[in-house]
Amino acid sequence: MMRRFIIGCLIMGMALFSFGCGNAPVQQVSSPTPLNKDMILATTTSTQDSGLLDTLLPVFEKKTGYKVKTIAVGTGQALAMGEKGEADVLLVHAPDAEKKVLSSGAVINRILVMHNDFVIVGPASDAAQIKGKTTLEAMAAIEKKGAVFVSRGDDSGTHKMEKSLWKLASIKPVSPWYQESGAGMGQTLKIADEKQGYTITDRATYLAQEKNLSLQILVEGDAKLLNIYHVMAVNPEKFSKVNQEGAKAFSDFLLSAEGQALIAAYGKDKFGQSLFFADGGKTEKEFGF
Amino acid sequence: MEMIIQGMIQAFQLLISGDGEISQVAMLTLAVSGTATAISVVFGIPLGLWLALQEFRGKQACSSLVNFGMGLPPVVVGLVVSLFLWRYGPLGDLGLMYTPVAMIIAQAIIAVPIVAGLSFAAILSINPKLRWQLISLGATTWQASWLLIREARLGLMAAVIAGFGRVTSEVGASMMVGGNIKGQTRVLTTATVMEVGKGNYDMALAISFILLIASFSIVVLLTYLQHGGKRGR
Repeated sequence: MMRRFIIGCLIMGMALFSFGCGNAPVQQVSSPTPLNKDMILATTTSTQDSGLLDTLLPVFEKKTGYKVKTIAVGTGQALAMGEKGEADVLLVHAPDAEKKVLSSGAVINRILVMHNDFVIVGPASDAAQIKGKTTLEAMAAIEKKGAVFVSRGDDSGTHKMEKSLWKLASIKPVSPWYQESGAGMGQTLKIADEKQGYTITDRATYLAQEKNLSLQILVEGDAKLLNIYHVMAVNPEKFSKVNQEGAKAFSDFLLSAEGQALIAAYGKDKFGQSLFFADGGKTEKEFGF
Repeated sequence: MEMIIQGMIQAFQLLISGDGEISQVAMLTLAVSGTATAISVVFGIPLGLWLALQEFRGKQACSSLVNFGMGLPPVVVGLVVSLFLWRYGPLGDLGLMYTPVAMIIAQAIIAVPIVAGLSFAAILSINPKLRWQLISLGATTWQASWLLIREARLGLMAAVIAGFGRVTSEVGASMMVGGNIKGQTRVLTTATVMEVGKGNYDMALAISFILLIASFSIVVLLTYLQHGGKRGR
């Protein structure tokens, strides 16, 4: 009995396993097959949670035959994966941290892909009266009032941006009004919502989550709140195992007319507005950096 | 409350419509956790048997270690397995990171101590004189062990069920070594976490129900085997 069961278990496991694995390649029948098909894309949660990657990647995979392994983590972790050669291509949004990694030689070919913006959201009651203020005024008002502010606290691009804003406002945020969630953007918005607190978010994730939230956009449109995404390849000269052709194909695709059109159109049907603005060919200087 | 009912309805709809993506995710979940459980049976039951039957120095320490392993935190396992499987880790050349195989390895590591620890307890709970009796009646060591396994099968199946339950419900290690990659390493637990991140609570609930249904059916099957064997005697 036992032996039959164990053998049955093994066979079932194997059968299920081969079935499960067998599914994926079927979709790519007519695609060209590159030498090294697997490619690791380390990116931020916002590109996944907003749904953008679900639109871009199937088109890319079909066109080129690459199989993208998307690891959606905070920008800090994505950059760290690049620095260790554990990813092939990065799509991230923390320009200052990116430049450090670039100058260390771990990544090459850093190119601007798209932007959207950050917004400060909070409860409709707006205890700290920040609505319509500039970013720095708003942050000072939150501190003065001691209103709850939920920070990502996970070294993501959004967290890095938030920290730089507190620094610009010369405020050292402290507990108890300043709380760190240590979670992704979606989760953090929900926490802020439950606590009726303020937080800073990228517009794309906010719009994607809006239906679950009572939080409202209170501060927007400030030049300081620009959120810029760059694509970059991990340096194959430093890490021999990197799939450099795959990285190049991905970054070429993002900047191609087709990739840029997909980015620009994404979200229009669902949210009535684009979640990202395609910026192929632009440089940071045009955004005042 | 309304949300929970909505989630159940949506889960039902997903199952009925045979949604390709979700069924692929569900199949992968069963395949990964089923294989990991099978591996844990292959290693765990003999280990439990050995611990229960052999007398040796440091047996107490060994048993404590296995019992400690039953509570091994999945995220710690995930982290250590990733360190080994990274491209530039000791086993990097195998190219296993972010594949179902990596998830099976991590889950098997989580399940082996559970299966071993509970088998150990199951064998111990049999009257120790039975083994001596079998051997004195002329059974070889192997035959005696096999008969003991049969005698302890209720407890051993409980060990297998516990191991399976642990790995299907685990999310930390699968997320870390699998990466929740669509169509490749996305399983029901990591998909639930991702849908929550996206704010799709209804979808997350629907996936949770599918996970419950899937693991319930497997456990029913195992329980049936557990008791079916008994009735046959």
